[in-house]
Amino acid sequence: MRHILSVTVENEPGVLSRVAGLFSGRGFNIESLNVGPTLDPGVSVMTITTEGDEQIIEQIVKQLRKLITVIKVVDLTDLKSVLREMVLLKVNANDANRAEILRTVDIFRCKVVDVSIDELTIEATGNYEKISAIVGLLTRFGVKEVSRSGMVAMKRSIQN
Amino acid sequence: MELSGAQILLECLKREGVEVIFGFPGGAVIDIYNELPNSSLKHVLVRHEQGAIHAADGFARASGKVGCCLVTSGPGATNTVTGIATAYMDSIPVVILTGQVPTPLIGNDAFQEVDIVGITRPCTKHNYLVKDVSQLAHVIRQAFYLARTGRPGPVLVDLPKDVMQKKTKFVWPDDVKMRSYNPNIKPHAGQIKKVAQLIRDAERPIIYAGGGVITSKGHEALTWLAQNLHIPVTATLMGLGCFPGKDKLWLGMLGMHGTYAANMAINNADLVLAVGARFDDRVTGKVSTFAPLATLVHVDIDPTSIQKNVSVHVPLVADCRLALEALKEELTPSLAEYDFETGHLPWVSKVRAWAKEHPLTYKPSETTIKPQSVVETLHELTKGEAVICTEVGQHQMWAAQFYTFNEPNCFLSSGGLGTMGYGFPAAIGAQFARPDKLVIDIAGDGSIQMNIQELATSVCNNLGVKIVILNNGYLGMVRQWQELFYNKNYSSTCMDAQPDFVKLAEAYGATGFRITAPGDLTRVLKQALETPGTVIVDVRVEREENVYPMVPAGASLTDMLLV
Ligand SMILES: Cc1ncc(C[n+]2csc(CCOP(=O)(O)OP(=O)(O)O)c2C)c(N)n1
Ligand SMILES: [Mg+2]
Repeated sequence: MRHILSVTVENEPGVLSRVAGLFSGRGFNIESLNVGPTLDPGVSVMTITTEGDEQIIEQIVKQLRKLITVIKVVDLTDLKSVLREMVLLKVNANDANRAEILRTVDIFRCKVVDVSIDELTIEATGNYEKISAIVGLLTRFGVKEVSRSGMVAMKRSIQN
Repeated sequence: MELSGAQILLECLKREGVEVIFGFPGGAVIDIYNELPNSSLKHVLVRHEQGAIHAADGFARASGKVGCCLVTSGPGATNTVTGIATAYMDSIPVVILTGQVPTPLIGNDAFQEVDIVGITRPCTKHNYLVKDVSQLAHVIRQAFYLARTGRPGPVLVDLPKDVMQKKTKFVWPDDVKMRSYNPNIKPHAGQIKKVAQLIRDAERPIIYAGGGVITSKGHEALTWLAQNLHIPVTATLMGLGCFPGKDKLWLGMLGMHGTYAANMAINNADLVLAVGARFDDRVTGKVSTFAPLATLVHVDIDPTSIQKNVSVHVPLVADCRLALEALKEELTPSLAEYDFETGHLPWVSKVRAWAKEHPLTYKPSETTIKPQSVVETLHELTKGEAVICTEVGQHQMWAAQFYTFNEPNCFLSSGGLGTMGYGFPAAIGAQFARPDKLVIDIAGDGSIQMNIQELATSVCNNLGVKIVILNNGYLGMVRQWQELFYNKNYSSTCMDAQPDFVKLAEAYGATGFRITAPGDLTRVLKQALETPGTVIVDVRVEREENVYPMVPAGASLTDMLLV
């Protein structure tokens, strides 16, 4: 099962490689990883999407906590949380299909952020499923380039 | 007053209680070496950096304190990696100080530059690169704190040359606070009650003790529990000495080369108390058939050890000593209500019957020296009171099986990593930690050649370390596997062209003995142990003797090959 871990770390050199090395060294799998600063310049938050059965996820969480530079690990999977991913897609566009592409963009409330004669660059945000759906729908027009941000996540204020 | 980085470093080491530091100089650490003569620290010059790290490790294991070593950048640093991994696998507290090229050159492939922090990230508890001299005292404080607390382990501090030269005001940090590191050492009261009840209810309990009992100094509480509640005890290689080997509840080691009684007991027990052990594959054999009838209780300070290899019923994250003491307190009143001795009598009798049925044994010989008999003779001659170090191989297993250990911190062996070449430098470190003790390295003819250069270190420091080589002319443990599982294809395991170990000893200024006849064994061994200074004894033993019992890799513990 896919799990989303929010990992609060000391913002210092090498911390990313400690986390990444832990995953590779122990044969755990990283599906996506996103790092960014927080309001406290000494602290960063990583959002890691990973796969595994219960026992593996338990090990991943404990091994992360064991790293000296890791301050906190929260598994957001079983919590109510806001999950967002952003993707940029460069799609082939011509007079015949442009309208259809724009309609799709509209339905998913995406944005066109760059235009040329034969290409449209589209920005989409949403949860994992929505992003996957958009990518799936647009591929039939010919997607030239995709850049996905990986997940960012936050626990919802009200849990029940 | 302003001090240089080098001066601050040495002052910090002194305040951390370091007495002896094992090291080897080089360009990147000259500034530190330049200050060393002005310090009260004793520096021991080794002959290879692997010797320095193993000696620091041996010092730590024998003393229970943090070991320390100092090496230069590049090759000096990489030469310590095997020893760092050795200490990491066995949770040994050591601080490794490595030189580094000056900060402006880092990343430029400068002469003798290597990213040692990157290289050792997966085999240290933590590591640091000190980029600013104002951080130095802080980092050293944290390094020692991390090394010795929680689950101990090696911590490396990389010290760029310019940082050692820069001056700053020395401020000793009063305490160490780390928001991201707070090992949980106190046992959970509810879990203690639960475990105590399981112990009261058990009919066939067994204690499976590991190195964590020794690290935490939990041996007394463990011995109390076992003796008062009449619970048989087995231990891992790392746990040997945590319970008196002469006690009738002692079953010997468990696992691949464990005793018949220990392995049978584990797989018939209804309660297994695993304390400071980690269910290593060499211990469990086939995991799915390990302790199939038992409720498993697992006490360990490291949460990642729990539920890693084996799914246990009652986890207890805590310092082993504190957990064992809490159990002692909880169970003391029960001694009046329960008759544990009578309750466990059928079980204890059964376990003893197994021990009688298949004790540790070997076929004696009139003509060749049996390696096991060498260990037994050493035990007799030293009254079981020596500090025994080992290399890795058959001799290591015979040392573990036939030298009965009664005290903790007296058996030093590379358990987790299995590092050939560990024993002799570790013995040097142990001798510095325990000048009062006889320190013996029980070695193999293959392993001893991996760090033989440390003879110079031992002789130079007038150390009385005794090396007893169980010389079978083979990489015996590998040969045993080839014999049993690879059709006797002895590919690259026969050690032809051995050095003359007696002459080798003499060349270094040590004393050498050779024993070839069983009739000379006791007399010459005694003479060797009584000879002052560093001694090598080359004992020519039965060449194709095997270590038994043996559980083939991946088999169930009860599927033992016996003598
Ligand atoms: C550094 C290292 N290299 C290789 C091995 C694999 N290995 C394990 S035991 C062994 C044989 C050791 O031979 P020796 O020291 O003569 O001991 P014996 O088994 O003969 O008692 C070898 C090669 C190891 N454990 N460590
Ligand atoms: Mg050998």
